[in-house]
Amino acid sequence: MHMADALITPIVGGTLWAAATGTASYSINKLQNELDEKKIPLMGVIGAFVFASQMINFTIPATGSSGHIGGGMLLAILLGPYAGFLTMAAVLAIQALFFADGGLLALGCNIINMGFFTCFIAYPLIYKKIMGKGYTKKKLAIASVLSAVIGLQFGAFGVVLETILSGKTELPFLTFVSLMQPIHLAIGLVEGLITAAVVTFIWEARPEIITNSLEGKKFTGLNLKKVMTVMVIGAILLGGVVSWFASSNPDGLEWAIFNTTGQEEITGTSIVHEVMSSIQEKTAILPDYSFKKSETAVDSIAAGGTSFSGIFGGALTLALAVIMGSAINMFKRKKRTT
Amino acid sequence: MSNITGAIYNIRYLDELSQRDTSLNRVDPSVKLIVTFIFIITTVSFGKYELGGLLPMFIYPIACMSLGELSYKEILKRMLLALPFIIGIGIFNPFLDTIPVVLMEGVSLSGGWISFFSLLLKGILTVSSAIILIATTGIEDIAHSLRKLKVPKIFVILLLLTYRYISVLMEEAASIWTAYSLRAPGEKGIRMEIWGSLLGQLLLRTYDRGQRVYEAMVLRGFHGDFEMVHRRKINTKDITFLMVWLVFFLLFRIYDVPVLIEIFLQGVFQ
Repeated sequence: MHMADALITPIVGGTLWAAATGTASYSINKLQNELDEKKIPLMGVIGAFVFASQMINFTIPATGSSGHIGGGMLLAILLGPYAGFLTMAAVLAIQALFFADGGLLALGCNIINMGFFTCFIAYPLIYKKIMGKGYTKKKLAIASVLSAVIGLQFGAFGVVLETILSGKTELPFLTFVSLMQPIHLAIGLVEGLITAAVVTFIWEARPEIITNSLEGKKFTGLNLKKVMTVMVIGAILLGGVVSWFASSNPDGLEWAIFNTTGQEEITGTSIVHEVMSSIQEKTAILPDYSFKKSETAVDSIAAGGTSFSGIFGGALTLALAVIMGSAINMFKRKKRTT
Repeated sequence: MSNITGAIYNIRYLDELSQRDTSLNRVDPSVKLIVTFIFIITTVSFGKYELGGLLPMFIYPIACMSLGELSYKEILKRMLLALPFIIGIGIFNPFLDTIPVVLMEGVSLSGGWISFFSLLLKGILTVSSAIILIATTGIEDIAHSLRKLKVPKIFVILLLLTYRYISVLMEEAASIWTAYSLRAPGEKGIRMEIWGSLLGQLLLRTYDRGQRVYEAMVLRGFHGDFEMVHRRKINTKDITFLMVWLVFFLLFRIYDVPVLIEIFLQGVFQ
């Protein structure tokens, strides 16, 4: 479920980073205005709780297998959407750094897939709607399961879109979707059942924990329109900046645009792009080998397989890298002994 | 459960690595963060058939492992954990993209295999660079440089607090798991009847701990802010580190180095 760096292009990663940053700053603003500072340590400790509980295996009845929890929905229910989103982002950042679970460039994708859809889609549109005015154990259970399942469906769809837009899989869109969604329906159901079990337990033991995050005056109604606007503006801004970097290489988004519209860019090229490519043309000693080369297989055959003609050179490069590494090591050892 | 204890060990191991004093540990955290990001962006910007061009990028992790005195084996072990998802998505490519690409005279491979291998290489490169970053920098330094890069205070504090409490709560989760498995031998996981109470009990304890932590922090002067000591200033060595890698990444990205080497060697031997 965690997106990896290798599965995305800079433009997709950058756009989602912008979207995640936009949502995060919106949440931070909301928190700063409305939150008692008590919540910050609480958020940290609950984030750590989610992290730890992800490692506990739960037996899935009648299947013999076991699963674990993702925790996005649980965070939203316990902390509310803003604090829940930020805490999920912190958990995902630590996972990316310490467990190589999802990459650093893909962090934006993961925050959106697992934090945004649970906290800002499933929570206000499903959980809150079902809860309405009053709480009952049954309503809590149903709301937890439904919102977890739907949140994860959105998340899985996010993974599909991000991978397809990056052009990293040859799987046709429909095949990929029909592979991912049912799998995540099952995973979401387990996630939902565990979430429901925990939430109803807490509701019976300490109802104020559940109700505080929802009814407390600290959390006024969620302005979805505002969140979306911030996200979209952030995405457009960064997308624009990243695209001149990426546009000399028709991949990802542009590849998708190319396939659907038959032209590489819908609008004219930007000035930055023109300047960059003219610099690149001037500096390229061997223009045939430069990275402007289109990346369809047919083209690479036409160019005599340029993209992979350097097997021997590649081996040599690697050997050089290893030699350099050991040279540094030797130099260090010598320095230490003297 | 080995899963939890393994994770606790992993965090401590990386934490200890980041406390050492190696050439790479001494580089400014912000510089390392920026170089890592540019490395990852450069790596994933390679086209899906540009397998050869990716190889020079290995110079960065290899040099960093030497500079940071990191064991290849430990980095490799952590890297392998991250690859299954990449393989799972990439493995369809060889079957779907069968247009052959000529490697050298008489040898060809389908485009799908080439894009699969380039995906795999990208996975190895990006994951190893992230592990190298945390193994030589540590979370406090990363948090500090995030502040320098204008990341909001709330988020940085949240990140640090979450990190601090992860090992505490994982130990608690591990002892709950031990207690459970001693009473329910032969179970692969927690049975459904007690899903709620087991995790819920941990959560209640966590919640109370959160309140206690907050009160303890307030008594010690916490007012929603962490004072971070400005540890160091960027020096010429840091700038050199940054510039050298930026130039390298740019060169590797623009020129297909392996092909250039071959052309050069052909010229020499003719």
